Amino acid sequence: MKRTQSSNRLVQWIDDRLPIFSYADQNIIAYPTPKNLNYWWNYGSIAGILLVIMLVTGIFLAMNYQPNADVAFGSVERIMRDVNYGWLLRYLHMNGASMFFIVVYIHMFRGMYYGSYKAPRELLWMIGVTIYVVMMATSFMGYVLPWGQMSFWGATVITNLFSAIPVIGDYIVLWIWGGFSVDMPTINRFFVWHYLLPMILVMIVVIHLWALHVHKSSNPLGIDIKTPQDMMPFHPFYTIKDLYGLSLFMIVFMYFVFFQPNFFGEADNYIPANPMVTPPDIVPEWYFLPFYAILRAIPDKLGGVIVMFSGVLVLFVLPWLDTSKVRSATYRPIFKQLFWIFVANAIFLGWLGKNPADGIYLILGRISTFYYFFHFLVLLPLVGKLEKPKPLPSSIYEEVSKKCRAKED
Amino acid sequence: MTNSPTNTPQEVDGNRRDFLLISTVTLGAAGAAVAAWPFIHSINPAKDVLALSTSEADLSAMEVGQSITVKWRGKPVFIRYRTEEEIQAALDDDQADLKDPQTDAERVQRTQWLVVIGVCTHLGCIPTGQNVGDKRGNYGGWYCPCHGSHYDTSGRIRVGPAPLNLFIPKYAFTDDMKILIG
Repeated sequence: MKRTQSSNRLVQWIDDRLPIFSYADQNIIAYPTPKNLNYWWNYGSIAGILLVIMLVTGIFLAMNYQPNADVAFGSVERIMRDVNYGWLLRYLHMNGASMFFIVVYIHMFRGMYYGSYKAPRELLWMIGVTIYVVMMATSFMGYVLPWGQMSFWGATVITNLFSAIPVIGDYIVLWIWGGFSVDMPTINRFFVWHYLLPMILVMIVVIHLWALHVHKSSNPLGIDIKTPQDMMPFHPFYTIKDLYGLSLFMIVFMYFVFFQPNFFGEADNYIPANPMVTPPDIVPEWYFLPFYAILRAIPDKLGGVIVMFSGVLVLFVLPWLDTSKVRSATYRPIFKQLFWIFVANAIFLGWLGKNPADGIYLILGRISTFYYFFHFLVLLPLVGKLEKPKPLPSSIYEEVSKKCRAKED
Repeated sequence: MTNSPTNTPQEVDGNRRDFLLISTVTLGAAGAAVAAWPFIHSINPAKDVLALSTSEADLSAMEVGQSITVKWRGKPVFIRYRTEEEIQAALDDDQADLKDPQTDAERVQRTQWLVVIGVCTHLGCIPTGQNVGDKRGNYGGWYCPCHGSHYDTSGRIRVGPAPLNLFIPKYAFTDDMKILIG
C-alpha cells in the first residue's frame, strides 16, 4: 500500500497504524477518473448526499415523532406547528424522498444508456438494484408513518400484495401486520424498519462504492481506461464538478421545499387514518406508479403481483440480457432509439398508474406492460446480436484531445 | 495562459485558484453553519412545551404544618404552610453559618408560605420531607436521600454536598388562597 505523501509527523504516525490518509488519497483525492465524464455522472454523488440529508432530517424528525396509531398523526402536526423548524425538517424529508427517487432513476437510466452494467461492472449494477429495492421498502414504510388516510390505505393495499401467495399468504400478511388489520403493532414495527433500513442502505452504498472503485467509473464513450493519459485525479476536477451540479440540484430541491412542499404528496394524507373508510382515489407515491400500472394491467391477483415484482427483479439480470459487447449507446444506433422508447414507455406507465384502471387506460396499460418486458426479454438480446455498432474511438485521451483542438480552432 | 489538457492543478494561475478555494470553503462553511441551526433548534423546547409553563395551586384546603407538592414544568414544587416554630427556626438561623447565605425574608413572599422547587441542588434528586413520617433531616426541612443533603425550614442547604439553597420559583398570589407558579 502506498504511504501518505504528507510530511506532517502526526499524519504519518496515524497513517502507519490506520491508513486513513493514504486511503482517502487513493479513493478521493488522487483517485483516477476518466477524463470525459459528462453531467449525467453527477447523479451518483447527488444520490449519496441525498441519503445523508434523509438520514439527518429523519433522525431529527424521529426525536419528535410518536410511532403510535393513536397519536402519530397528531405528533406529525405538532412537528409542523410547534416544533422549532419542524415544518422545514418534515418538508425536507418529504420532498427529499421524491428527489432521491428522481436522482436514482436518472442514475439508473444513465447506467442503461451508457451500458455501465456490462462486464466487469455486473455486480456493481446488481448492488445498485439492491439499493433501489431497499429504498422502495424504506420509502413505503416512511409514507405509512404520518398515519393519514393514504398512509393507512397504502399500507393496507401493499401488505395485502403478500396475500396473493398461495397457501401461506394470509398468514404472512397477519405476521406483517402483527394483528388482524394495519394497526398499532404495524406502525410500531414500520417505524423501526424505517429507521433501521437506511442504516443498512448506508452499508450497501459502501459496498456499491467498493465495487465501483475496483474497475473505476465507466464513461460516455464506453471504452476501457488504457493509459494514465485517459484519467484525471478526482480532486479537484470532479469534486468541483460534483459540487457545481449539486448546487444546481439544490436549487430545484429547495424550490419544492419552500414553494411547493406538497407538490408530490396527496391531499388525502392530511386526513387522519380511518380504518372504516377507504378514500375514493387511492394511488401510491409517484415513484411507484409504473409498477402500480403493471400490477393493474394483469387480470389475476397472483399473476399481477408476480409480474409487478418481476418488473423490478428483471433489472438484476439486465447485464446478461444485453448481449452487445459495446457499452455506450452513442455507438449503438438501434439500441439508442430503443432506449428512448423504453424511457418514454416507463413514463407512460407511470402516467397510466395515476389514472383509473378501466376502459382505454386498461388496454394501454396492458400494451405498455407488454412492451416493458418485451424490451428487456426480447429486444435487448436480439439487438445486441443483430445491430452493427459504429466504430469505437481508440482511446479516451484521443477523443478528448480531438474535442479540445476543435474548440481551439 | 495555456489551454493544453493538464493533469495537475497547481501549474496554472496559483493566486486565482487560492482565492477561489478560500472563498468557496468560507462560503460553504458559513452555509453549513446556517443550515445546522434549524436542526439544533428543533430539539429545543417546542412551542407547546413552552405554553405549558405555568401551574396554579389552591392553598385553601391546607392546614398549618401541612405540605403539598405541585407539578410545574415536570418538576415538583414544594409548598409548606409553616408553623410558628418553623418560621422562628428559619429566622433564628438567618445569622448562622450558611453555605449559601440568604435570610428567610428573602425567600418568602408571605412568611407562613414557603414555596421552593423540590429538586436537590446537588444532582437533581427529590428530597424527602413532604409527607408525614418522612425523614426531614437535622434542621426540620427536607433531606435528600441520594447523597445526604440537609435543608432547613427555609429550604436552605445546611449540611451535605449540595452547593445551593432549594430554588424559589417565580410565583405570585392571584388571590388570598391561590398562587400561580411560573
